[in-house]
This record gives sequence, structure tokens and C-alpha cells, in this order.
Amino acid sequence: MASTLRFVNGRVYDPANNIDGEVRDICIKNGKVVDSLPDDTPSIDASGMVIMPGGVDIHSHIAGPKVNLARKLQPEDHRHDPHPGTNFTRSGSGGTVPSTFATGYRYATLGYTTVMEAAVTPIGALHTVEELHDTPVIDKGFYLLLGNNIYLQTLLKEGRHDEFKQAVGWWINKTKAYTAKLVNPGGDEPWKGKRNSNVTDIDEKSDLLNISPRDVIEAFVKTVNELGLPHPPHIHCNNLGHSGNYKTTLETMKTAGDLRMHLAHIQFHSYGGEPGKNPDSKAVEIAEYVNTHPNITCDVGQVMFGKSTIMTADAPLAYLLRGFKKGKWVNADAECESGCGILPFSYQEHVFTHALQWAIGLELFLLSEDPWRIMLSTDHPNGGSFMSYPKLIRLLMDKEFRKEEIGKVNQKAIAKTNLPSLDREYTLNEIAIISRAAPARALNLKHKGQLGPGADADITIYDDQEDKEMMFNAPRYVIKSGEMVIEDHEFRNDYYGKILHSAPEFDEEISEDIRPFFEKYYSIEFENYGVADHYLHEHEIIPRVSS
Amino acid sequence: MAENTRIVKNATCTFCGCVCDDMELTVDLDKKVITKAKNACVLGRAWFAEHQIDDRPVAMIDGKEAPLEEAIEEAAQVLVNAKFPITYGLSDTTCEAQKQAVAISDIIRGTIDTTTSVCHGPSGLAFQDIGESTSTLGEVKNRADLVIYWGGNPAESHPRHFRYSVTPKGMFIPNGKKDRTVVMIDVRKTPSAPVADILIQVKPGKDFELLWALRALVKGRKVDPQIQVMTGVPLETMTDLVERMKNCRFGVLFFGMGLTMTRGRHFNSGALLALATDLNEFTHFVAKPVRGHGNVTGADNVVSWQTGYPFGVNFSRGFPRFNPGEFTTVDTLTRGDADAALIIASDPASNFPKAAIEHLKKIPVISLDTKETSTSKLSHVAFATSTYGINTAGTVYRMDDVPIPLRPAFESPYPGDEEILFAIKKRVHELILSKCGATGATGEARVASKLML
Repeated sequence: MASTLRFVNGRVYDPANNIDGEVRDICIKNGKVVDSLPDDTPSIDASGMVIMPGGVDIHSHIAGPKVNLARKLQPEDHRHDPHPGTNFTRSGSGGTVPSTFATGYRYATLGYTTVMEAAVTPIGALHTVEELHDTPVIDKGFYLLLGNNIYLQTLLKEGRHDEFKQAVGWWINKTKAYTAKLVNPGGDEPWKGKRNSNVTDIDEKSDLLNISPRDVIEAFVKTVNELGLPHPPHIHCNNLGHSGNYKTTLETMKTAGDLRMHLAHIQFHSYGGEPGKNPDSKAVEIAEYVNTHPNITCDVGQVMFGKSTIMTADAPLAYLLRGFKKGKWVNADAECESGCGILPFSYQEHVFTHALQWAIGLELFLLSEDPWRIMLSTDHPNGGSFMSYPKLIRLLMDKEFRKEEIGKVNQKAIAKTNLPSLDREYTLNEIAIISRAAPARALNLKHKGQLGPGADADITIYDDQEDKEMMFNAPRYVIKSGEMVIEDHEFRNDYYGKILHSAPEFDEEISEDIRPFFEKYYSIEFENYGVADHYLHEHEIIPRVSS
Repeated sequence: MAENTRIVKNATCTFCGCVCDDMELTVDLDKKVITKAKNACVLGRAWFAEHQIDDRPVAMIDGKEAPLEEAIEEAAQVLVNAKFPITYGLSDTTCEAQKQAVAISDIIRGTIDTTTSVCHGPSGLAFQDIGESTSTLGEVKNRADLVIYWGGNPAESHPRHFRYSVTPKGMFIPNGKKDRTVVMIDVRKTPSAPVADILIQVKPGKDFELLWALRALVKGRKVDPQIQVMTGVPLETMTDLVERMKNCRFGVLFFGMGLTMTRGRHFNSGALLALATDLNEFTHFVAKPVRGHGNVTGADNVVSWQTGYPFGVNFSRGFPRFNPGEFTTVDTLTRGDADAALIIASDPASNFPKAAIEHLKKIPVISLDTKETSTSKLSHVAFATSTYGINTAGTVYRMDDVPIPLRPAFESPYPGDEEILFAIKKRVHELILSKCGATGATGEARVASKLML
């Protein structure tokens, strides 16, 4: 493989460097973007093509224990969608939860080169790392589920805030994670210990520990910012999916004060109405809050019609959804750390709630005043597969197409939203922001999501087409770390990316505080827990940031 | 104590699916034996104590010692030239070796299957149909106040299983066994029975009927009293059990091969998983198959993440297809489909049905095993490999899907399974490359350019 590449005459969208559709050369040397190359370097003509940094997915579920359970659960989902290998790539299975190889290759065929797995239990981190090694092309990292960790909550109850900070640092280091993830904080204990009940209010105190979800959220926002993790706490709020939950979402955001916070799949948290009754849209209220609070970033978690798979650490939610059709369902409790629920799902145009969810997601995109802070995601595979991103991009860029699609769905639901009145069309530059530049910035991946000199040569080149779904479905070239992985729409090379993780400083002594708890309540040995260094292979530690 | 002694703490016993990782091994490095295995059960002690380095050739072709390179070349030639090569075993080796085995099957467009197809395979199928409410064993230790074993005899098959489920004190079980009710449901009174507070003896082959009646009672339906005659279990016993299940705080159903390998098979497992699911309407309830081999759970996981399916996977069309009964090993052998076999860490020649063994004798077999076995004896190419967990590092998965790293006790002169399989993969890949180069059919044959898989 050539160590240099040059593309000429392409239209470049590199919002991080304020380049909005300029025709200019892109030069690549030794895996990085460089200013220029000697004149005799061969060039590839990219006339009529659009050049963007490789896509960065800030929230997706692609590897680890829950993902593998979901794979095993659904042979019917793989069967209709085989993923043949090529001369250079392994075979696999598709569907909403593809095999590891298919996941990496399919992300690459959409021009994505970095993906973050959004929810991993510490005890399942080793499993996740093993799967990520088998996920080709993309660079990847994962967020660590710490929001229902009983040891950490005990520290909060006892008011031991410094130990809490050290312990979070210990856990991130021990598992090679990227940042802390909170899912329905406070919800696991009532689920596992109180006959499958749940916490319903952000200020509801737990019987066991006498702390509320808000106490947990506050502690993590403060701690993660103090530790300088490259991404703030990544939060799945309480009450996901419930009517009236937008109040919880607003309260969660307020808890951050002016510190960094990322809200995951905010669409699922933007519902009005009374609990237990039909929801309506509160996209305006949520978008307004995000627009006016620059410390908040979020991804949308757009719902796309068709088959999906619900997989979440929010076990009570999965059980609630299971109640509608009483179909197959997985619950998987991880000791002292998390819950988990999985079920096959399908979003249907004629169903009021599904159409409303779809419309609210689009509203949030269209009401966003700062594309740097409201990012593209479907919470893959919860809202739909990442393979539906091209269609979502067309919905955002093409108002006529959007109008047609609105006409096909439940009109009572549409009447509860402002969607028909929103005429905005995303530009290519804005798409480059929400799918590349913004997630890279929110992750503090300074060498990604941009094409300035020194950036990682993760690059996607599309044929410019009127139909944006077609365009984003099949890039002509995909370059990963300077290697031409896809050329003329075909795989030319295999590539295995690296694991991106954090290594915050912490006081080692905390492990002697964790050990007795661990030995009492876990079922494996303390020394055998976590991800040892030799498991990492190719990896990169993302440096701390100062808030 | 011998002079050259080493202590290995937090070592892992890979004998059974419990994968206890609290072993303290005393190793005599001169004699290359483990003289003491603290914390091990009777099975684990035997596993460690009886492990000696045999004096066998590292590779044999047709029963004669052969250089390793030659044996790898021969194995690769056999696999590449076969029309329906099968790979089987995998549950007593590391995940790292399992990955290499799946890669080989993918490259040669073969079939891969694991010992799951002859043990908890039906539970895998039931899982695909019903799902499973489950948990890691630590949650059972911390919370379970009702522990039910169905169709298993852990006291003999998994002697330390009780350390997760019955005896330990847990976060919400401060007094250990005193705070739990233990129920054994089986066709006979086994050596596990003394652990139980309640023993329920079901007539052989009537597990499904009993499970279905329990489901009906949980849902408050009337049950035909004839069920007592059919199952041999009094209705009062059933009602009492149902009340206990509905009223416990955290219940668990462990099930064994008494359920999965008797009449009804995946219907039995499915009924049990459905019962656990139903009970979640009333309380928190989980279920878990008690898996046998040390890393059979790893095999399920690796094959699933690489192909989408847990076992019985065929690549002949260039992508994975799953069809138990068609692509499971007993079937591919009995029907006479397989024309070459790669057997890893398993001995089908000693425990498969006669027709399958007869076919195995007719085709070229490549085997990797730590000991001489019936399968290695009939192999065309036989590799002697080192033992995982004792000589080889790597990763295994406990029966509850928890990954655990291995800490080997001493070095073996034999290579690990991963090493041999990697070499075979590399050679198989080169052969396929040259094949497609010769025919020009580059689009047909599939290889990996950088062996990164």
C-alpha cells in the first residue's frame, strides 16, 4: 500500500477548519493528512466528488456481552441479510445486530471510521475488547456503565467524594474505557431487589442507599470533569420512553450547572403528556434548552421505521416494551454493576407512538441552532440500524422528500408536533458537522473529524449526487489511517483499527478500599477483573482535557 | 517441598463450566507437575494433579512421528482439498484458539460446530425462541433466596457450583444458606439431594409436562389433576413451589442436561426459560443452564460474534448459515457428508454415535489434543498441544458469560492450540491464494490479505 495519496479537484467539507465546499487538494502521508506532497506524487482525480473526514459515531451498540446476546437471540434477523466476504475481508451476518466483521465493514461502506460503543459493564469490558479486536476498519472505544455501581453509590451515601473520584479513575483505567456512562441511575436496585420496580423521579431517594438519581448524576458530572476525561459523562436519563419525561430531561441537564454533559439519544427523552397516557412532543422545549446551554451536547437517537433491536442497560424499560407483544426477551443482570434488557422490535409508520418518536427526532435536528451540539445517531440498533443513516441524512437535507415521508405516517402523531412547519434543509457542511466534526469535538478526538495537517487520514469521498441517500450509501473511496480500504466502491484492503481509551490519574490506594467490597460481593477474583494491558494490541490513550 | 517450586495465585480451573478462578497452585517446576491445588474441588484436584507432560511426538502423520512443519502442510492440504470439511470441538481451549478455528472454516468455506451441539445445544435453540432472564453468578450469590436445580447433579458434575448459589453469604443474603431455600427437581435422588430443602422427584421424560403445569399454575389457571399421575408430583407440591417462586425476592432456576438431553430437549429448555420469564410478572426471576466444559461458553460467544450463530455454522456459500441438524457434527458425520475433519480439544471417536464414528474412520482427520485419545489414534494428522489454563494463557468464559484470563502454571514443550491453528490458517490462506491465482478466479476464492483476522 502506498504511503502517500493525493486527491485533487474534490470539493472539501471540513467544518472544523472552516472549509465549506472549497475545491482543494487533500494530501496523505504515513497515515496523516499533510499540507502538500512532491509534485510528482500520483494524483487521484476527485472531480465531482465530495470529500469529508471519516464519520464518527458517538453512540452505538456494536460489541460486548449484551450485543452478543442480541446476536444469538435473532438467527431470523441474520438469515435474510448475509454478509459475504471478499478477497480481503471476512464473512459475517447482517441484520440489526451484525456479526463483528460485518459491523466494521458495513460502517466502512458508509464512510464511518470511528465508532464508540455506548454501554459496557466493567465485568464485561474484557469481552467487549475481544469483540472490538474482531471489528475491522474502524477505531473504537467504549463507555463504562458506572451509574448503578453499588460500591460507588455506597461511597456517595457515605459522603466520601474524594474516594468516589479516585474509584471512578480506577475503574476507567482498570477496564480501558473512554468515559463514564450512566443509564437510568438508581433504577437497577429496585429492578433487581424490589420485584422489578423502577425509580420514577430524579429526586426519589433509594431505600437502600438514601441517594437520588440526581445525587449520582451530580457526582459524575463533577468527577468526570475533574478527572479531565476526554468526553463528559454520557447520560441516559431516567424515565426513558415515558410520557412526560421531558421534565426529567430538563432537570438532568440543569444538574450539570455549567459543566460538560452529554445526553444520549435525547429523542427518547423529549415526550410530554401524562405518564401512562399517549405522549406528545416537547422537542421545542428540549431544543430550546440545549440551544441556550453550550455546556450540553447530545445525540438524537432518531427512530427509523422497520426492524430494530432494543438493547439497553435500562432493564425495566426493556421489560415494559416486552409487555406489548410478549415476545422473546432477554434480561441479564451483571453483579453489583448493571442490568440489561434485550428484545426484537419494529417501528411502524401507522403506530401513533412510533410515528411520534420519528417526528420528534426530526424536530430536534431541525430546531437545533448549533449542529456542533446535536449529533446524528439512531442509538443503533435501538432506534434503527446504523445502515439507515443515509436515509436519515436525506430526510434532513431534502424537504420535499421529508414531506412525502411525513405523508406516509400516522397523522394524529404528526398533529402533535411542529414537523410539517419546519422547512429547514441541512447543508452538506452541516451534515459533515453532525456526523463527523461535532462528535469528534465532543469526544476530544483532536485528530479526527477534520482534515487539517496532522489529522488522522480517515477520509470519505462520495460521488456528489442529487439523491443524498444514494450518495451517503456508497462512498467511492474510504481511507482509514492512510490506507485505501474502499476504492471505486469495492474493498481493496483490510484494516484493523485501534482502541481509543482514557487513562486518568488517580490514587492507587483506592484499590485497597475496593478490594474488600469486591471480595465480599463479586464472584471472580479481584486480580482477574478488568482488562490487562496485554489485551489492548493497537490502542491510543486520549489525553486529559481541562474543563 | 521441592527446591524449584512456584506458587500461582488466582489461577483458573478450566475443568468445568464453573471456571473457579481462586486456585492456588503449588508447582514443582523440575518435575513439571502441580503438587497442590488449594481451593480446588475433587474434580479440579484431579485435573491439576494428573496433568503431566506426556512423552508424545508433537505431530504425527498416520501414526508416525513427523516434523511439525510437515504436519501443518499436510493438514492445510487436506482442508483445502476437501469439499465438505468440518471443524468440531473447541470447548476445551482458549477463545484465542477458537477465533483461529472460525477463521479457518471461513477461509476454506467449511462447517464449524462445537460440543454445544451435543450438550446444551437445545438450550441454545430455546434461547433463540424464548430469550432468557438471567444474571451473573455473583448476583445469585448476593440476592437469590430461592435456588432451584432442575435435571442436574452439581454435587458430582460441578462440585463448587454451590459456592455461587447455596453456601455463600451475599449482600442481601447475610446468613448464607439459612437465608435461601434450595429445591432439587430430578428423576432420582442424586448425591446433590442433601443440599436441598425440598426434593421433587419427577417421572422420567415428564419434565416438560411438569414445567407446563407450573406455568399454568403461575398464571392462576386450573390444572387437570391427572397431571399428578402423569408426572408423579402431587398437586400440593406444585402449588407450594409456585407460591414460593412467586413470593421469593430473587429466584433462580439452574438446569442441566437431565432436561436438555432427554425427551423433549429444546421444548424442555424452552418451557423452563418461559417459566422464569413468566415469573418476572411477580418478582425478579432468572434462569441459567449449568454448562459443562471449561470454555464451552467461550465457544458459543466467539462463534456467535464472528458468525452471528452459536454453533452448527456452514460457510459453503461464502457466508455463515446456521442449521442445527444439517450442520451439526453428529449429523454431517452420520449422513456421510463430511470428507475431512479438524477436531480440536475433543474426542468424538469415543463418545459419538457408532455411525458417526464409522464415518470418522473413513475420512482424513486432523486432531489437536493434549492427550492421546480415540480420536487422535484414528487421525491422519495428530498434533499434541499444551493444556489451556495449565500451560497456556488466554481467555475463557464462565457459564454466566463472564470472561476470565488464565494464569498458566508451567511451560509445556508442546505448542498451544492457537499456535498450531494460526499456522494452519496461514498456510490454508496461502494455498487458496495460489489456487485462485492459478485459475484467475480472484473474485471466487476468499482470503485475508494481512492475516489480521
